[in-house]
This record gives sequence, C-alpha cells and structure tokens, in this order.
Amino acid sequence: MPLHDSLLAQDSSPFGMFGYFSDHRDEVLNWLWYHTWLSAVPVVAGLLIALPLGWVARRYRWTYPPLVTTAGLLYTIPSIALFVAMPDIIGTQILDPINVAVALTVYSVALLVRVVADGLGAVPEDVAQAATAMGLTRRQRLLKVELPLAVPVIAAGVRVAVVANVSLVAVAGTIGVPNLGQLFTTGFQLSVGSPYYPPITLGIVLCVLLALALDLLVVGGTRLATPWRRAVSGS
Amino acid sequence: MIRFESVSKKYPDGTLAVDRLELVAPSGEITVLVGPSGCGKTTSLRMINRMIEPTSGRIWLDDRDTATVPTHELRRGIGYVIQHAGLFPHRTVVDNITTVPELLGTDKKQARRRALELMERVGLPAHFAKRYPAQLSGGQQQRVGVARALAADPPVMLMDEPFSAVDPVVRAQLQNEFLRLQGELGKTIVFVTHDIDEAIKLGDRVAVLQVGGHLAQLAPPAELLSDPADTFVAGFVGRDRGYRALGFAEAGLLPVRKEHAVRLGSGRGEAHDAAEDGWVLVTDAEDRPQGWLRTDRLAEAEPTGPVTAPELNLGGTLASETATLREALDSALSSPSGRGVIVDGAGRLLGTVTASEVLTRIEQQRAAADPPFTGDVGPGGAESEAS
Amino acid sequence: MIAWLNDPGNWTAPGGIFDQLWSHLQYALIALVVAAALALPVGLLIGHAGRGRWLVTVANAVRALPVVGLLILLYVMLAPHIHGRGDTVYLLPTEIVLILLAIPPILASTVAGVENVDPAVRDAAAGMGMRGGQVVRRVELPNALPLVFSGVRSATLQVIATATVAAYLGLGGLGRFVYDGQASQNFAERDAGALLVALLAVAADLVLALAQRYTVSRGVSGRFPRRTLVGDPVATADAPPSTHTA
Repeated sequence: MPLHDSLLAQDSSPFGMFGYFSDHRDEVLNWLWYHTWLSAVPVVAGLLIALPLGWVARRYRWTYPPLVTTAGLLYTIPSIALFVAMPDIIGTQILDPINVAVALTVYSVALLVRVVADGLGAVPEDVAQAATAMGLTRRQRLLKVELPLAVPVIAAGVRVAVVANVSLVAVAGTIGVPNLGQLFTTGFQLSVGSPYYPPITLGIVLCVLLALALDLLVVGGTRLATPWRRAVSGS
Repeated sequence: MIRFESVSKKYPDGTLAVDRLELVAPSGEITVLVGPSGCGKTTSLRMINRMIEPTSGRIWLDDRDTATVPTHELRRGIGYVIQHAGLFPHRTVVDNITTVPELLGTDKKQARRRALELMERVGLPAHFAKRYPAQLSGGQQQRVGVARALAADPPVMLMDEPFSAVDPVVRAQLQNEFLRLQGELGKTIVFVTHDIDEAIKLGDRVAVLQVGGHLAQLAPPAELLSDPADTFVAGFVGRDRGYRALGFAEAGLLPVRKEHAVRLGSGRGEAHDAAEDGWVLVTDAEDRPQGWLRTDRLAEAEPTGPVTAPELNLGGTLASETATLREALDSALSSPSGRGVIVDGAGRLLGTVTASEVLTRIEQQRAAADPPFTGDVGPGGAESEAS
Repeated sequence: MIAWLNDPGNWTAPGGIFDQLWSHLQYALIALVVAAALALPVGLLIGHAGRGRWLVTVANAVRALPVVGLLILLYVMLAPHIHGRGDTVYLLPTEIVLILLAIPPILASTVAGVENVDPAVRDAAAGMGMRGGQVVRRVELPNALPLVFSGVRSATLQVIATATVAAYLGLGGLGRFVYDGQASQNFAERDAGALLVALLAVAADLVLALAQRYTVSRGVSGRFPRRTLVGDPVATADAPPSTHTA
C-alpha cells in the first residue's frame, strides 16, 4: 500500500473523495472492476446451480427438507471464515479473487435454492393442472409455465443476493483481496491520529452505486422477462 | 330494535353506498338485507356497529344513538358473524368463544362453562373445545363463529353472509339450525345476503336494496313474492315466485287417500297384488316410506324372492301432514307414480295425494282468501313475536 | 485446527476461546435486543395502521451500504470524541453497524407478518369490540409471530457473522482468531475461529427455533397430531340431513 505524504496534505473531509478519486483513478477503477465482477458472477453461477437443485427439491418432495436445511447451514458460516478457508478447500492462494468468487457462489446457492423451490411451488395448482390438461409434457410445463411464473419470486431472491454480495466482497478487502474494500482499509490506516475520510466515503459511495446499478439491472431484466406483469401494473 | 334514520354513506371517491336509508329492524325478529353486489347492504350492516361510520343520519339501538356510545363498548354488546367466520387461528375453539366475555371481564370459569353450553347449542361436540380453527371444516368454523357471537348473550346480532362460503348442503343445514336457535333465543338479528332464496327462507322481514343504497321494498317474504313493489324487486325475487309463494301457505287437511304399501322383504307376489297403476310403495318395518317399485321390475327377478332396497326408485319427496302447499305439490310432482306421499310427524305413511288434488286445494284457498297467500305462517318454524 | 481446538490452554487463557465466545455473544445480543426493541413495535404499528411503509423501504435501502465501510467510517468519525477506558471506541461503531444490520429483516418481516393476518380475522377482532392495542397484542402479534421469528433468526445469523469483522478494528470476539491467525500465518487458529463463529450461529438459530416452537400457537404453526385431522365425528356434524327423501 503506497502511502504518499502528499495525500495527507489534501482535503481530509468526506468531500475530499473527488480529489482522491482523480489522484488514484486507475487504481480505484481497477478495484471497482474487480468488485463488480466479484459481486455479479457468483450470483449468476449460484442461480445456475440453484435452479436444478430447487427443481429437484420441488419435484422430489423428500429432498426439500435436507436441501433447504443444508442451504440454511451454509448461510450461517461467516463470510470472512469462508474467504480464509477457501484456499484449503479448493487449493488456491489466499489472496486469489477466485476464493471470494467461489465463497460467494456458495452463499448465492444457499440463498437461492429455497427461493427457486418455493417459487416453482408457488404456481397456482389450477394453472399447473390446466397446463397438464392441455397436454404439456412435464418438461414443457416446467419451461413454459412454472419457470416463467416463478420468475418474480426468483428475481426478488436474486436482488437480495446481489446487494448482499456487494457488501460481502468489501469484507474480503479487509484481508487484502483487491476490490473497493481496499479503500476502507486504506482509510483506516491513514486515519491514525486524525480522521482521513476521502477513501472511506469514496468506497461507500461506489459500493452503494454499484449495488443500485446491479439491482436495477436485475429489476430491468425481470420486467423484460415478465411482460404479463407489466400489462397488469403498467400505468 | 334497530332504527336507521335517514342514514347515508358517501365514500371519499364520491360513491354513494347508502342513500338516506330509513329502516326498522324490530326486536326479536330477523331482518334480512338483500340485494345485488354494490347495493350497500354490507355497508348498512357495518354502520350499525360502526365498523363504518355513516356520513349523515342516525342509527338508534333501542333508545340510544349509536354515535354517542364508544365504539368498543357498542361492539361488545352486539354479536358479529362474518362470511369466513374470522376465527382467531391462534386460539382454540373454546378460547375463541370466550373472547368477548374475557374483554368484558367475566369470570374465566363461568365463561368457559357458557362456551361449552353454546357449543352444544350450535351442534358442536364438546371434544372440539381444544381444537384450533384450522382443524375444522368451513361449516364447523361458522358454527364456532355463531357461538362466539352469542357468548356474551348480546340482544342484537349482525350477520354478514355467514353461510355463503359453505357448500349448499351444509348451508341448508346451518340455515335450519339457525332458525331453530333463533326460535329459542329470539335475538334481534340483521342478516345480510345476496341470495334471495336465503332471504326468503330466513327473514321475518326482507329489505331489498338496489344499487346505490336505495331501499326498494321492505316486506315479509310472502308479500315480497306475491306483491313486489316494482320491476326491480320483481326481477330480483325471480321467475318462479308464484311456485315459491306456495311455500308460505299451509296445505291444511288434504284429501289423503289410503295407499296399499308393502314392507321391504315382502314376497314379490304380495307386492304385485298391492300395486296400482304399475307402482307399489315400499316401507320399512315401522311403516316409513322407502321408495317406489315398478311392477314390471317384479317380473324381471326371481318371482318368489323378497322385495329388496336396491330395486326401489327414490325419486319422490315426502310431505308431512303439516306441510305447506309447495311441499305437498312437490311430493306429488316428484313421485314416479304421480301419487305424492304424505307422512306423519314420526315419518310414518299416512297416504297419498295427487297433483290435481293439491291444485284443487290451491284454487279453493285462492277463492277463499283475498289477497291470496299473504303468509300466515313464518318460514320453517321461526314463531317469534314481533314487538 | 483440531489440534488447536483440542488444546485446553487455548480455551481458558485470558483472551482465549471462552472469553472471546462470551464477548462475541455479548456484542450480538446487545445489537439484537436494541434492534428488536426498535423494529418490533414500529413494525407492528406500520402493519396495523397500514401506513408508513416507506420506513421499510428506507430500512431495506440501508442493506446496500457496505458493512466494513460503514464500520470504519463510524470508527474514524467517533474515535476522536471517545476518550478513556476500554473498548468503547471500538464497541460503539460496531454496535451501531450491527443494529443497522439487524433492523431491516426484523422490521420487514414484522410488517409482512401483520399484513398477512387474514382481513376477516382483523375485522372480527374489531367487530367484537377490541381496542386498537388489543387487536395488536391479542390477535395480530400472535398470528405474525412465525414471520417475526423468521426475521429475528435471519437478523441473528447476520449479526453473529458480521460481529466477526469487528475484530478488524481491534475489538474482541471470535473474529480475533480469524484476523490474528491470518496476520500471524497461524492457519489452525484462523480456521478454528471461523468454525467457532459458524457453530455459534447454528447454536443461536437452534435456540431461537426452540423458542419459536414454544411461543407460536399450534393453531398458527399447524403442528397438529395427525389423527385429529381425518376420520372422526367431525363429518357427522355437517352430514346432509337424512330425512325428506324417499
């Protein structure tokens, strides 16, 4: 971590973050890029894993309790614990961002398995029966009826996961993984003696903006995927 | 007595739900508010216990203006039964029933004793006391709802479509028991329904409301059928009102003819001999009619065997000797032999009557009485006195 | 890691496992009690009155704040104003962050729990002459309890997990082992710390699950003995009348 004396001479109030940003533009953008990647990819990966698992939990009822309980247990592991333990499990280096990505994928799966299972189960019985009566096969019913109708429920879960991930990625910053969390540790270290706000406020603002942007992306995607809901609420 | 004095309800969006309603619900009687959806019947009911506040006008409960009584106090003195019962899911049946006595500070033991007594009254076995609402069927929940409303023995009961969420068979049964219960208790009841048949069956007086909260007619059910005030009421009470009006006229002594019946298990030869116009009536050992048997079916099976239950035609209804003209006529019309079966109070066979005989009786009554059929008998035994 | 956990010295020493477990539990408990004391009554009120739902939206928006950033920001802000003894300088920012973290799930699920109460049930409660407060206490809260518990349990998991990060500032708790182990390359200590946090979270969840079982009415949770649901005289009470047809 390069510590320039010139830094401390600058505006140390929260609003110094603009100056701080222009001074460390490349580094901060790099961290933002990492942060975005680490927040989004695990949710996508988690969703891809959770979809079949959730389907299994719904299709074979006896698998629901063990699957959902296991998912709940995984969610109790503190993120920092998973970040530091991951290298032992998958054989990577401690500061490798892959650790964070895999750990967050585990969380996303844990969160989304239940959401997917409950979402698929939330399709009204008469709708499911009508689909069968019209001669849809089990697979057609899943793809054409149950999955589309479960989209809003699943999307709500994805929103929670994505926003939580932005905060969790920053935690990984405290053990040295490159991302916006580094701004906080930098600010912490520079605040010995008197407060030095710019990197801290910059980090918070960027994290919130990132969370908002990813959230909007999910909301927008959901609206595109569920035109029938727009028709009802659209005014 | 409940009295509406020029009561109106206008919602903020401008909808006029109730328009200067003038209505008296006499003590000890069932007053039914009936009408299509949007006629303001539920709004009117809910203004009595101030679940909805009137925009103008007054509602009197005996000699008290309801607006002057604190709402919770007012409501604790009025039984309230709603469509889906609204039982508290977290409390057992007995705890649900003791809710109001508990609010009034009644002794707990006493309240529970009364609750058990009420459960018996509404036809719930005592071992249901410890059950939760989720463990009951819709009909049973509604019974608990009625018991809960009666728990503090309020003189007035408000009932908002209490029987419309259960299936027709259970509904008919709940209606009959409700009338029996009212015969014993004589509460002042305001009852809301959208079902004109229910209104006519249960009401001592029926108020027909029109969309926009306008009172179209207030009359006893028989008068509603025989003399609708306008085309709206006429249309609303329905097409077969002439037939239904017969339900309010006692048949009196019908010319019952002796019917040669045979008992279940009798020989087929005996049955053949007793038959008339190709049909023979079959009873059980206590002379209670079981069904009709066609003589040509007697020949189909072994001619020496006994008459058995599966062979019987069950199409005919029974009319009791105290039946209304409607029941007597229906008995004749529904009978496969054309002979309507009349039984005594214990269900034993008295004899039969034909449709033309019942029609003759209708003509006689029509000639003797003017106006015809203004019900001299209340529906189904609600013999409560107006006050 | 097993060896590290098996060493009794690591448990009983000052600043050992027992001490840190107790500290961790304290931090979490303070935050949860304060958060519940704020969110529960406010949630009941919002659900009952059907107004002020924007508060839930605001609370949910707080979730987008990065926990570590907030923690460090508060520490940096407050540190110059807190003088003297002990851990207060670390504890205060930590508790504020944990409380902020615990409020949204408790608030949102309490509001949802009250809103989910069958409208007919509320109507009946008011129609029987219950006052507003009586409706809340006697009807809405008992029926909202399962969802309230789910909010409290989810808040508890998050608070216990996040309290770990407090060690980054210099506060105690099980996070000490994680950060100290990481710093001193003592991976056994680090992993044992992580495991202990997870175990604590599971244990707390079990305690709450048990509490839920004993406080939620069976009528709401639906845990009935099987036999009362089928095949008993229930049916006869509603059976069609057997008279009137021949």
